[in-house]
Amino acid sequence: MDALGQFLAMGGYGAYVWPAYAIALVVLAGILIASVRTLNTRRRAVAALEAALPRRRRQGGSADDA
Amino acid sequence: MAGFGTLLRRELVLAWRQPGDAATVLAFFVLAAVLFPFGVGPAPNLLAQMAAGIVWVTALLAAMLSLERLFQADLEDGSLDLLALLPSPLWVAVAAKIAAHWLTTGLPLLVVAPAVALLFNLADAAYPVLLAALALGTPAISLIGAVGAGLTLGARRGGVLLALLVLPLLIPVLILGAAAVDAVLAGLSPRPHLLLLAGLLLAALVLCPWAATASVRQALD
Amino acid sequence: MLHRFANPARFLRIAAVVQPWCAAICALALAAGLYVAFFASPPDYQQGETVRIMYVHVPAAWMALFAYAAIALAAAVGLIWRHPLAFVAAGAAAPIGAAFTAICLATGSLWGKPMWGTWWVWDARLTSVLVLLFLYLGLIALRHAFDDSDRGERAAAVLALVGAVNLPIIKFSVDWWNTLHQPASVVKIGGPTIHPAMLTPLLLMAAGFMLFFVVVLLIRIRSELLARRLRALRLAQAHAAEPAAATRGPVLG
Repeated sequence: MDALGQFLAMGGYGAYVWPAYAIALVVLAGILIASVRTLNTRRRAVAALEAALPRRRRQGGSADDA
Repeated sequence: MAGFGTLLRRELVLAWRQPGDAATVLAFFVLAAVLFPFGVGPAPNLLAQMAAGIVWVTALLAAMLSLERLFQADLEDGSLDLLALLPSPLWVAVAAKIAAHWLTTGLPLLVVAPAVALLFNLADAAYPVLLAALALGTPAISLIGAVGAGLTLGARRGGVLLALLVLPLLIPVLILGAAAVDAVLAGLSPRPHLLLLAGLLLAALVLCPWAATASVRQALD
Repeated sequence: MLHRFANPARFLRIAAVVQPWCAAICALALAAGLYVAFFASPPDYQQGETVRIMYVHVPAAWMALFAYAAIALAAAVGLIWRHPLAFVAAGAAAPIGAAFTAICLATGSLWGKPMWGTWWVWDARLTSVLVLLFLYLGLIALRHAFDDSDRGERAAAVLALVGAVNLPIIKFSVDWWNTLHQPASVVKIGGPTIHPAMLTPLLLMAAGFMLFFVVVLLIRIRSELLARRLRALRLAQAHAAEPAAATRGPVLG
């Protein structure tokens, strides 16, 4: 427990080191999650529209097979 | 280049018929500068030190107001399409507009700036340099601003967007222009600052009409 | 139309293969980087444990610049060769670059507080990065300021090039300004002398950030391509509904 406390204290600079990493984590995770969510929303919308429009499919199928 | 003179005259005649536009920009310039003593206090020494910076910052902000209309009015009434159809290339018309913008806002600013500096107790020796720096800097503002005006043509919230795009690009002009005056106040030569400012103006003179024309053409497509 | 779709289709196939690998290596690099940053690297003899902030701050600064260079390059490719994917890539990269710039500023401020004694110093490098953030915000705002998104993309591409020309000038003028106004009280800390033990986590984190950029960029490009497909489909749907409307009213065009 003492070793952990010492590690978290960062030689007295814990109040600066940890927020720096926390901010980086929040910003990067935020942009990743936001990007993935938009991708999924659009993918669902495209799938729904393609199902509603039963026409000859363009060669190569959906614009996003990944 | 006969086209340039004709187009410039057209712009100036249009501006002359609407003198209120240029006057509003000047009034904003003076008012924005006058706000500073209320914000930081009327201590003469402090204001004398800040004078050049205040003149430059407010000049930049005032220019933003006028730049929004640089191409907008001509786009709305369709004259921009006609200008693009002229036998002379579009960049001539764009250059004429930029020149007219400087003549109708930059030049009046140059005339009023000493009066504003007077309100701030700027040292006597600094006036020639302030004017020289403004003479080199305000055309650069018109040139770089024209690129922003072309890019934001037809955009939503064009005016605010224009300021967001152009002000960061104008930081070098602000730094060099204010530094020239500061150098005189510190007893140093303003020459290097003015030379750099002149270099910046030359670069803008070469690149900006071209970039502004490209951006205006995008709006017409 | 076929030509416009040919490239994105091939891109999507490649992206589907590349993305999982990038994501896996990114996670590994970041995990290894964090481990070395916290457990296997020494504190700096001058800056103590705060030097560990460097392992996010410096790679974020590198990525902020790299992303802008990549955007300018993509913008140039798009404007010169009219490559349809180039504008999409430039638009997708801008928010990621802005995110790295924001991280660089926030961590720089957190590093500055214990080292300089204040949260913000008008230091030449920090100030340049702040201006870079505004360039990014301008790009993003311009990209979305038009009803016609093609116009927004092209305008943003021109702005990216103008910014790329201006960035060295801004950097130079800010350095110039900084040397004129150097306050004597601020202790100038050049980057810490890089010890090999510090270089390892720095490079690992940089690699992780770079791969993170690639992964998120691929996701955002795919997302943007889907948005286009969505617009095309909605248009097709509107056209499909048109014959019914034609019996009731005049049809335009």
